[in-house]
Amino acid sequence: MEHPAFEEVTVHHEHQDDATFKKKVRKTTILLSVITIIELAIGLIIYTMHKGESPSELLVLMFKGVVCILTLAKAYYIVAVFMHLGDEIRNMIMTIVVPLLLFVWFIIAFIYEGNSYKNLRNTYDKHFLESTTPVKHQKTEAPAEQKSGKE
Amino acid sequence: MSTTTTAHKTKWWSGGKSPFNLEYGKVMMWYFLMSDAFTFGAFLISYGSIRFSQNFWPDPNVVFNAFPGAGHANLPLAFVSVMTFILIISSVTMVLAVHAGHKGDKAGVIKWMFWTIIGGLAFLGCQAWEWHHLITGEHAVLADGQIEMIGQTMGGNPWGNLVHDNAALTAALNNTPHETLVQLVHSHDHSKTAAELTAMTDVQLRGMVDLTEMHVREKGPIAFGGYFYGITGFHGFHVFSGVVINIIMLIMTQKDVFKNRGHYLMIEKAGLYWHFVDLVWVFVFLCFYLI
Repeated sequence: MEHPAFEEVTVHHEHQDDATFKKKVRKTTILLSVITIIELAIGLIIYTMHKGESPSELLVLMFKGVVCILTLAKAYYIVAVFMHLGDEIRNMIMTIVVPLLLFVWFIIAFIYEGNSYKNLRNTYDKHFLESTTPVKHQKTEAPAEQKSGKE
Repeated sequence: MSTTTTAHKTKWWSGGKSPFNLEYGKVMMWYFLMSDAFTFGAFLISYGSIRFSQNFWPDPNVVFNAFPGAGHANLPLAFVSVMTFILIISSVTMVLAVHAGHKGDKAGVIKWMFWTIIGGLAFLGCQAWEWHHLITGEHAVLADGQIEMIGQTMGGNPWGNLVHDNAALTAALNNTPHETLVQLVHSHDHSKTAAELTAMTDVQLRGMVDLTEMHVREKGPIAFGGYFYGITGFHGFHVFSGVVINIIMLIMTQKDVFKNRGHYLMIEKAGLYWHFVDLVWVFVFLCFYLI
């Protein structure tokens, strides 16, 4: 563009030529698809593990952690490439990204809160503990104890 | 890329020009999206908090295993991966529409906006099918000493613990009323119509039920329905409004509004919103379907 469309836009981003642009978009699309396919594969692995007799809790948790990291990678590519945030001025990027850091506290605090509530209820509310804890295949419960999952 | 020089020139703001070198509307769209991210984040974190407060939570692979036209086939994750790819592809077509706008290529903008809208509508259609299937698909649960048939609604969750105690199930079957028995048999045996089954006696109906085949469960946590429908519904509403915005942009392009204005910045702003919808789905997909 020869003349700026808006007076506040003083320096224009140079537009990439068509070939580089197409290459970048194609690369990002393939990357996002591949990450999604890996995520789905891990999801199916977790599913088969759950069907087994005694799934290893730690391994399931590790797979779930990997999926979370892959999701963050996907989010990064969508924001940086598709939304072009990576091409903006550094200060602009910071005004968006720095407030989002609140999520670090947000997630830790509320997950901890939920977990603590569960532990307290399991300690002081035996009915909750007995009626919601998954029963292993071998054990049989007396019919009287068969209650609905949650009040 | 050009940003290195741009960033250098405008590193310290000395007045007289935009500190971010961005058009006002685009800056404001970014801040709106940031606040919207907090809204979605709060919903998802609250869901996580409730989930961590439960001893049991339904396995998503058990809940979401249906595919349109596949009947009762067990296909975990299949349909939601279709939905995910639809959104990714529609995000790519939006990138292409924005790029066509940069070049002032009206025909290109119209073409790619059209495909983006189609992608959005396809996603909404998938979501409608999924909701319908979850709400109307009834499953056998053991509650209060009898078998009930319930769908996944705001007030009930059929995805609790599997019941392995056959004695309890047999006892429950004997307490189960006639209408529920008809539903129960009809849900897996399609050789007879509901009217024919209704005419049969309870004893005959009970004889047609194979409880080990049925995978009878207890009721699961009620919060599941509210969170699932609330969050995917809120996301679906964003998709819907995104489709409406895109349709308006398409009409404005068609009417040469942007051509006369000399730039296609509105397409860029609509594009930011549309990519955000895709971004949120990435996290909804993670929280509800994968982990």
